[in-house]
Amino acid sequence: MKTPRLMWILGCLTVALLGLVACVAPGMPDAAEPMADAEPEMVEIEYWQYNFEARVLAMDRLIEMFEAENPNIKVVHNSDVPYAEYRDKIAASVPAGVGPDVATLFYGWQTVWLDADYLVPLPEDAFPTAMIDDEFSPLVQASFVDGTLYTIPTAVRALAMFYNKDLMADAGLDPESPPTTLDELASQAAACTVRADNGDYEVQGFVVDLAAQDHHWFREVLVRQFGGEPFSADGQSVIWNSEAGQQAWDYLLKFKTELETGDRDLFDGSTQAFLAGRACFHIVGSFRLGTIANNAPDLNFGVVELPSHNGVQSTFGSYWTHGLTQKGASDPARMEAAVKFLQFITSDEAGSIWVDMVGELPARLNAGSDPELLADPKLGAFAAGLAYAQATFFVNEPDQRQALVDAYDMVVLGGEDPNAALDIAAETVQDILDAHYSQ
Amino acid sequence: MRLTLRQRQVLWAYAFLSVALVFFVIIRWYPALLSFNIAMRDWNTFKGSGPWVGLENYAAIWDDMWKPRSDVRAAFTNTLGYVLYGVPAQMVLALAVALLLDRIRVLSTLFRVAYFAPYVTSAVAVAFVWNWLYLPQTGLLAQVFDILRIPEQPFTKSPDQALASIAAVAVWQTLGYSVIIYLAGIKQIPATYYEAARIDGAAGVRLFRHITLPLLNPVIVYLTVLSTISFLRLFALVQNMSPQGTGGPLKSTTTVVLEVYRKGFSSYDMGYAAALTVVLFFVILLITVIQLRFLTRRFEY
Repeated sequence: MKTPRLMWILGCLTVALLGLVACVAPGMPDAAEPMADAEPEMVEIEYWQYNFEARVLAMDRLIEMFEAENPNIKVVHNSDVPYAEYRDKIAASVPAGVGPDVATLFYGWQTVWLDADYLVPLPEDAFPTAMIDDEFSPLVQASFVDGTLYTIPTAVRALAMFYNKDLMADAGLDPESPPTTLDELASQAAACTVRADNGDYEVQGFVVDLAAQDHHWFREVLVRQFGGEPFSADGQSVIWNSEAGQQAWDYLLKFKTELETGDRDLFDGSTQAFLAGRACFHIVGSFRLGTIANNAPDLNFGVVELPSHNGVQSTFGSYWTHGLTQKGASDPARMEAAVKFLQFITSDEAGSIWVDMVGELPARLNAGSDPELLADPKLGAFAAGLAYAQATFFVNEPDQRQALVDAYDMVVLGGEDPNAALDIAAETVQDILDAHYSQ
Repeated sequence: MRLTLRQRQVLWAYAFLSVALVFFVIIRWYPALLSFNIAMRDWNTFKGSGPWVGLENYAAIWDDMWKPRSDVRAAFTNTLGYVLYGVPAQMVLALAVALLLDRIRVLSTLFRVAYFAPYVTSAVAVAFVWNWLYLPQTGLLAQVFDILRIPEQPFTKSPDQALASIAAVAVWQTLGYSVIIYLAGIKQIPATYYEAARIDGAAGVRLFRHITLPLLNPVIVYLTVLSTISFLRLFALVQNMSPQGTGGPLKSTTTVVLEVYRKGFSSYDMGYAAALTVVLFFVILLITVIQLRFLTRRFEY
C-alpha cells in the first residue's frame, strides 16, 4: 500500500500545526484590553459580590438608581457565586483575564488580596482621608494600610443576641427578660432545651458553631470578658490562649460538653435551627434580620446586646467592603466609572437603603446615627454595640477561623484536652501571623 | 497530485478527527504540560505568574509531609484509604449485581437503569442528597436506625466514620458503570463452555470459579485500573460532604485533589498546588503500571 506514507506526512503536519496553535493559545490574556470601541460613550463595569439574597436585592436596587443617574455607565452585577466559593472564583478569574472591576470582600481578606497586588489604592481626591476619618465608622480604619485607603464599605455590622420569644415562654422563661450576662445565658439556655426520650433535641437552648460567628465571639468578646486580650498590642502575637482565654474557651465548650444545649450538626446548622424555631438563643450579625424577614417572617423573636461578664461589654464589629481591582484600574474610562460607582454605593443614600433591605447599619455616621434607627427595637441592639465593637486585624481570616474550628473538633470529637487543643490552634495561627509579618 | 477515492476518504477522516484533537491539545494537554512548568515556580494564583524556584515546591511538600497534623500527609493517607475501601467494594458488589442482572428477564431494563442512574447524576447533587440522608437526628438513616433500635451514627460528622461514609457514596455512585462493563463481559462468554462443563458434572460455584471468573479477567483488570484512578482523583463528593468543603472533620476526609484545590484557590499558592498534581500524576502512573503488570493473566483453553 502506498497511502500510509502520504497520510503519515499529513498527520504529522496536522499535529505540528496544532502544536503551534497551542503555543500561541492563551498565555496570559491581556486584561487591559479596552472594550466597546464601537460605542465609545458607553462604559461597562463589572461588580461582584457573593450570593446572599438580601444583599443581592439591595445592590440591584442601588445599581438601578446609579444607572439612572449615569446613563453612560452600565454595571454588570455578578452575584451567582456562593459564599463558600467566592474567594476561590475571584482568584480563578484573574489568570483568566476576567472578573470584577469592583469587588466586595470581607475586610479580613484585604491583607491576602493586597499581598497578591489584586487591589489598587482608592484615589485620594475621590475618598480623602479626612473625610473617611470624620464621616465613617471608626471600624473602617482597618481598610487603611500604611495610611493608604484600599477599600470602603456601604455598611458595618456588630454581633448581638437573637432570642425566640415563643420558645422562652414555652420553657417558663420571661420572654421580655432575655439573658444579660454569660451566667444567665448558660442557665436560660439549659432551661430552654427540650429533648425527647431518645435524647434527640426538639428545642436547642443555644448552639455553639465556631464556623459561623462564634469564633469572633470567642476572640473579641469572651476572651476580653474573662480578663484577657486576644492579641498583643502590636497585633503580631496570639495571646487568646492565656489563662483568661482558657476560661473563655471552657465557657464556650460547656454548652456542648456539660450543659448539652444543642449540637451544630443538627437542623443543617445553628442559623437554620434558629430560623426553623428550633433554637432559643443565637449569636449573629444584623444581616440576619434580612434573612429572617425574607425566609421566616412569622418568627417571634427579639434582639439584645451580647451578654456581659465581669461588667465587661464587648462585641465583634466587622464589615464587607468594596475594592477596586487591577482590572478595573487598567483602563481610564472604566476606572472613572468604577470610582463613581464606589462613591455612589458608599453614600448616605445607599446606606439608608442598605439598612432597610439588609439590616446592616450604614458605615457613614450621618446615616447611622439616625434617631429612628437607634430607636428601632431590633436594630437598636446593633447600633448600641457599634459604640464598643472590636475588630480583629486578620492576616488570613479563613485559616484563622479554621484553626479554632479544628480545636473545637479536637475536644468535642477527639476527646483532646481543652487547653492543649487551644494551644495547638494558637500555634497554628501564630505561624500564619509570622509568615505574614516576616515578608 | 491526484488522490484516489480511498486516499480522499482517509483525508476526510483525519479532517474530522482533528477537531477532537484540537480540543484535547488546547483544553487538556496544554494545561497539563503547563502544570509541570508552574510546579517549578513560586506562582501566586492572583498574579498569574511567578519566579522560577526549581524544586522548591517539591521540597516544601516533602517537609509538610512530616509536620504534625499535616494536611498533605492526611491527604495522601486518606486517598489511599478511599482506594482500599472503595475499589474492592466496588469490584465485588458490581460483579454480584451484574451476575444477578444477567439472570433476570422481567423488568431487567428497569433494574439496569436504576443501577446506572447515579453514575450519570452530578456528584454535587449526589452529595447533597446523601448529606440529608446522613443528617443526624432528622436524616432518613437516623430515623430508620431509631425504628430498628440501633444507636444513631454520626457518619460524616465524626472523624472515625467520615471517610468510610463518603467512600460508600462514591461506590454507590460509580457502581452502575462497572455493572454495565461486567454485564458486557459476561455476555461474551460462550454458552457452550457452560454446557460442556455441566456435562462433565460441574455446577454452581465451580462454574463461576473456573469459567466466569477467569474469562472475565480482562474486564476485571480494566475496571480495577479505572476505578483505582477514579478513587485516587476523588474530589467533588468530599468538597460537598465535608464541613465547609475543608476535608474535615479534622482533615479526616481530605484527598490529594482537594488539597490541590485548596492550595491553589484558597491559599493562592498555585506553584505548590501544581507540584502536588505532578506528584499525584506519578503516583497514578506507578499504580496503574503495577496493576497492569500483575493483574493481567493469559488463560489458554
